[in-house]
Amino acid sequence: MSALLKIDGLNKSFGGIKATDDLSLEVAPGEIHAIIGPNGAGKTTLISQLSGMAKPDTGRILFKGRDITGQPAHKRAGLGITRSFQITSLVMELSVLDNIALSLQAREGHSFRFLKPARKVTHLREAGRALLARVGLEGKADMPTKALSHGEHRRMEVAIALGAGAELMLLDEPMAGLGFEESRDMVALLTGIKGQHTILLIEHDMDAVFALADRISVLVYGHIIATGTPEEIRANAAVQHAYLGEE
Amino acid sequence: MTRKTLLSVGFILALGILPPIFYWTGNAFWLDLATRLVILAIAATSLNLILGYGGMVSFGHAAYMGLGAYAVGIPAHHWLYGGLEAWGLATTSGLVQIPLAVAVTAIFALLTGAICLRTRGVYFIMITMAFAQMVYYLIVSIEEYGGDDGLVIDTRSELPGLDLDNPLQLFGLAWVSLVAAILIVRMVINSRFGMVIQGAKGNDERMRTLGFNTYVYRLVAYVISGAMAGYAGALLGNFTTFISPEMMDWSRSGELMFMVILGGVATTLGPVVGATVFIVLEEVLSDLTLYWHLPFGLLLIAVVLFGRGGLIGLLNGRDQ
Amino acid sequence: MDTTLLVIQALNGVQLGLLLFLVASGLTLVFGILDFVNLAHGSLYMLGAFICATLTFALGNFLWAVLVALPITAGLGFLVERFIARPLYTRDHLDHVLGTFGLILVLDTAAHLIWGPEGIAVPLPEWLDGQTNLTAEIVVPTYRLLIIGAGLAAAGGLFWLVNHTRLGMLIRAGASNRTMVSALGINIELLFGLVFALGAALAGLAGMLIAPITEANIGMGNNIIITAFVVIIVGGIGSIKGAFIAALLIGLIDTMGRAFLDDIFKIFMSNEAAETSAPAISAMLIYIIMATVLAVKPQGLFPPKVR
Repeated sequence: MSALLKIDGLNKSFGGIKATDDLSLEVAPGEIHAIIGPNGAGKTTLISQLSGMAKPDTGRILFKGRDITGQPAHKRAGLGITRSFQITSLVMELSVLDNIALSLQAREGHSFRFLKPARKVTHLREAGRALLARVGLEGKADMPTKALSHGEHRRMEVAIALGAGAELMLLDEPMAGLGFEESRDMVALLTGIKGQHTILLIEHDMDAVFALADRISVLVYGHIIATGTPEEIRANAAVQHAYLGEE
Repeated sequence: MTRKTLLSVGFILALGILPPIFYWTGNAFWLDLATRLVILAIAATSLNLILGYGGMVSFGHAAYMGLGAYAVGIPAHHWLYGGLEAWGLATTSGLVQIPLAVAVTAIFALLTGAICLRTRGVYFIMITMAFAQMVYYLIVSIEEYGGDDGLVIDTRSELPGLDLDNPLQLFGLAWVSLVAAILIVRMVINSRFGMVIQGAKGNDERMRTLGFNTYVYRLVAYVISGAMAGYAGALLGNFTTFISPEMMDWSRSGELMFMVILGGVATTLGPVVGATVFIVLEEVLSDLTLYWHLPFGLLLIAVVLFGRGGLIGLLNGRDQ
Repeated sequence: MDTTLLVIQALNGVQLGLLLFLVASGLTLVFGILDFVNLAHGSLYMLGAFICATLTFALGNFLWAVLVALPITAGLGFLVERFIARPLYTRDHLDHVLGTFGLILVLDTAAHLIWGPEGIAVPLPEWLDGQTNLTAEIVVPTYRLLIIGAGLAAAGGLFWLVNHTRLGMLIRAGASNRTMVSALGINIELLFGLVFALGAALAGLAGMLIAPITEANIGMGNNIIITAFVVIIVGGIGSIKGAFIAALLIGLIDTMGRAFLDDIFKIFMSNEAAETSAPAISAMLIYIIMATVLAVKPQGLFPPKVR
C-alpha cells in the first residue's frame, strides 16, 4: 500500500529551538492517523508545514508521490489537503452556510465569477445545507457565524474540511474546548466519515484518539518516537515512559 | 421590499430628481453642488469596495481621481496646443478620454497594488499614501501640464448625443454613473468573487487553506476599484474644467475615506450618504467661517471616537 | 559635474536626511511601542516651527527660542497622546488614521488662526547667518552645518537614550512585548505619554531647525510626513536604526536626484529628452526606491524582531 502522505526527514527550528527534528512519517490512504505528544512537542508546527503555512528548513513532504514541500497553502488545498485550526478559524462576518459554501466553491476552480450572486448558486447552497445536516447544524445555516457556540464552530470546521473535498484532512485538535457530550458527538461525527477521507488527527483527548485512530504516532520534542496501532502504542514502554506515564 | 431598501431607493431617486428641480426653479448653484456630490459618491462607492468589503485601507484613492481627470485634461490640452497626435491622444472625444482614464488608473492600480498588497495593515495604509504622493509630485514636475498651477480644460469631453456643457446633462450622466457604480459594486460583492474578497477580509488564512490565492483576488478588486475612481475623476475633470495636483493631495484621499466611514463601511448606500453629509457640511461650515476645517476636524475626531458603524449603522440599529 | 557642487549637494542630502530622521524616529517609536499610526506627527513638526518663530521674536534669539520651544512641543505631544491617541489604542489602524487626520485639520486650522495664512521667516543670529569655508573652494552656509551637527547630536542622544537608559530599556521591551512591560508593574500609561512627548519634541526640533531656511508655514508638516512614511517603510517600521539609515539614504537620493539626474540622463539620451524626463523621474525617485525595497523585502530593510 503506497502512502498518501509521506514526510521525509523534516526539520524546522525557531531561533535555535528545534520544533521539528528529523521527522519522518507515512499516512496511508483512508486511515485516521493520530499524532499525540505532550504540549510543545511540535504538533501544530507540523500541521502548519503540511498545510503550507510554514516552510520546513530541510526535508521533503510528498503527497500522492508528488513533492509539495515548496508549494504555497492555496496550491496544496487545490491538490486535496485541507486543515482545520486549533483555534477556531472561520469567517465570522459571514453566515454559517456562506462559510460552508465557500469551501465548496473553492473546489470548482477559480472564483473570478462576477455576475451571478453566489447565494443564488443553487448547487453550492444545497450541497452546503446537506453538509451542515451531516454535522448536525441544519437548523443554523442562515445564522451569523459569530452567533454559534464553540462546539458548533468546531463542527463547522469539520463541515468545511468535508466541503473542501479534502483527500487529506489535517485536523488540529477538533475536540479542543469541547464538553463531554460535545466530544462524544464529535467522535461519532468523525467515525461517520472514517474511511471516506484520510485524516491526520492531532488531539489531546486520549479517549477520542484511541476510539478513532487506525494508527498512532507519538511526537516528542519534534521527533516521532513510535508509530503503531492503538494496542501497540498502549503497550509501548518508551511511549508510556515519555508520555502516558505522566498522566 | 424591506423598509431599508425602500429608503435606499428613495434616497437615490431624490438625489437624481431634486437637483434638476432646484435648477429649474432658479437655484443653479444646488445643481452644481449635487453634481460634485454625485461624482464624489462614485469615488467613495469604489473605495468602499476595497476598504469596506475587502478590508484594504487605501489612503491614496484621490490619486486615481486625479489621474482620471488628467486623462481628460491632457488630450484636451494637446488638441488645443498640438503634440501627441501620432498617439491619437490629441482629442476632445470622450470616447477616447474616458476609456483612457479607466485604462490608466487600472494599470496604475495593477502595478502599485501588486506591491502594496504584499504588505498588511499599517504598511498598506502608508504605501498607498506614498504612491499617491508619487503621482502628485509627478504631475507637479511636468511643466507642460501646468505643474503646480494646474491645467484648464478648455473643451469638455465630447460624447455622442450628450452635451456636457449643459449642466443638466452633465449631472444626468454623473447620476446614471452613480447608480451604475452602486449596482456594479453590489453585483461584485454578492458574486462568488465577492464572497472570496469578504472571506479574505474576515479570515485570510482560512481562505488560503481552502485554496484561494487571496493575493490575486485582492489585486483584482483593487484594480476594479481604482478604475472606477478613475472614471469618477474623468467626470470630475469635466465638471470643474480646471484640474491641478491639489485634487490628488492626501487630504482629498482622507476625505473620501471619511465619507465611507461616516456613511457606514461595507453598506451599499453608506458611501453615498457619507458623501452627501460631507458635501452639505462642507458647504454649511465654509459658509459660516473661513476656518471651517476646525469644526470639521473636531467632528471627524468625534465620529471616530464615538460613532461606530456610521450613519447607516444608526439606521440599522433603529430597524432592529 | 564638479566636486564642489557634489560636496555641497551631498551636505544638503545629509541635512535633509537628518531632518527626516528626526521626524521619522518619532513616528517609528510611537508605532513600534504603541502600535499607533499618527498622521498628525507632521503637524507637530509644523507647530515646532511656528512656536519657535514666535519665541525667536519674543526672546530675541533663535537658540533660546529652540530651547524653550522643545519642552512646549513635548507637552503638546503628551496632550495629543492623552486625549486623542489613548482612546484609540484598542481600535484598528483605520480609526487611528482617520482620528489623527481630523487632528491635522484641527491643528492646521488652529495654526492658521493664531499665526495667519502667511509663512513666518525666522531670523538667525549674525554668527550663524554667514558662510563657512570648508576648503578653499567649498563654501557652505554656516547654519547648514549647525543643522547637521544638531541632527547628529539628536540622533546620538536618541540612540543613547534607547540603548543605555532605563527608559530606553522599557521602550525596547515595550516594542517587543507590551504585556510583559505592564506585567512588570510599570506605569505603562506614563511610558506611552513620554514616548509620544519624545517623538513630538524630535519632530518639533526638525521643524525649528528648518524654519530659518524655509519659513514656518502651514503646509510644511503635510509635505514631510509622507516622506517620513517612506523612510520608516524602507527602514522597517519600529526600527530606529532602520529609520536612521533609510532617512540618510532617502535624503541623499532625493537631493542628488534632483541635482544631477538630468546630467546623468544626458550621458545616454538627448539633452531635450533628459531635461523633460529628469524632473519627473527625480520627483518619483524615492517612491521607486520604496517600491523596489518592498518588492524584495516587504517588511523593510531592518524589520524589528518578532513582536
